[in-house]
Amino acid sequence: MSTLAAVTGSLGSIGYGLAAIGPGIGIGIIFGQGVQAIARQPEAYGVIRQNMILGFALAEALALIGFVVPFVFGA
Amino acid sequence: MNLATLATDSCHLNSGCGFPAPHADIFFLTPYTLDIFGQHLVFSKTILLALIVALIVITFFLTAFRSPKLVPGKLQSLGEQGYLFIRDQIAREVIGKEGDKFVPFLASLFFFIWIANLMGVIPGAQFPVMSSLAFPVALTLMVYGTYVFLGMKHQGPIKFFTNAAFPPGVPKAMYILLTPLELLGLLVTRPVTQAIRLFANMFAGHLLITTFTIGAYYLLSPSIVGALGSATSFGVTVALTGFEMFIQGLQAFIFTLLTAVYIGGSLHAEH
Repeated sequence: MSTLAAVTGSLGSIGYGLAAIGPGIGIGIIFGQGVQAIARQPEAYGVIRQNMILGFALAEALALIGFVVPFVFGA
Repeated sequence: MNLATLATDSCHLNSGCGFPAPHADIFFLTPYTLDIFGQHLVFSKTILLALIVALIVITFFLTAFRSPKLVPGKLQSLGEQGYLFIRDQIAREVIGKEGDKFVPFLASLFFFIWIANLMGVIPGAQFPVMSSLAFPVALTLMVYGTYVFLGMKHQGPIKFFTNAAFPPGVPKAMYILLTPLELLGLLVTRPVTQAIRLFANMFAGHLLITTFTIGAYYLLSPSIVGALGSATSFGVTVALTGFEMFIQGLQAFIFTLLTAVYIGGSLHAEH
């Protein structure tokens, strides 16, 4: 089979850039809504902050996997 | 070019030497062998730091609580602050009142991970222990074993899995989609992401600091661009070190928080 198109170079960097889009949006939403929730109900600060950090951790994992995978599976 | 040759060669801007970007090989430290008592021991800086961290945490808490007094001294006060932080911010907040008996486990986890992470910025050590995948994996396996065991104990050996696989209050047809996802989440995604999150954060942070440190050294050359670039790079290194310290604490907190969430989920079925 002949190759029609090929991409060379730092594909890992491009992959990381793509992997960071989703979590970037997600983390923005999480902290935006979190700050809004704290502003509306400052007395629930403890619970909101804890859930905010939890959501942040879950979203952030995706971007980090995108960062590490090129190092692990890269050439 | 690896870092050892970088330190000896004068590889700077305009000296016909490309930027020696650090790669994953900076995490594989040289192993040393030690022949002692007829044993052939192989160890590296990573395991040495891990042992030192364990020693620090154990010694600190032993001396802090060796002879507890009603009016705590300085050290006991500090130990109590740390312990109460885990109890009030994590155990009681997430698990509730019955979380109190898991506080020793959570506190040990938190302080071990935190001090191990801090090794990444402490001069002389400067290698975050948790950037070696084996350590987060071992800790995660411990947590995994704990919450699976607790779930089987509190909900019943089979019930634990069926409770997780069939969350109540969902239309029957949705189980086709939901059950595999829930089981996968419980048994695979949870431990994998918990380990990868801690590992990847420390890995990325250490790599970032290394990149800018090498940048500061590489750009150091008698030219405007070199001088300014080197100074900027060094400034960024200092700023990143501060940021990294924040991340290290946060990641230790998140790891412990997730542990508490998983343990709490095992104690009671979702409803």
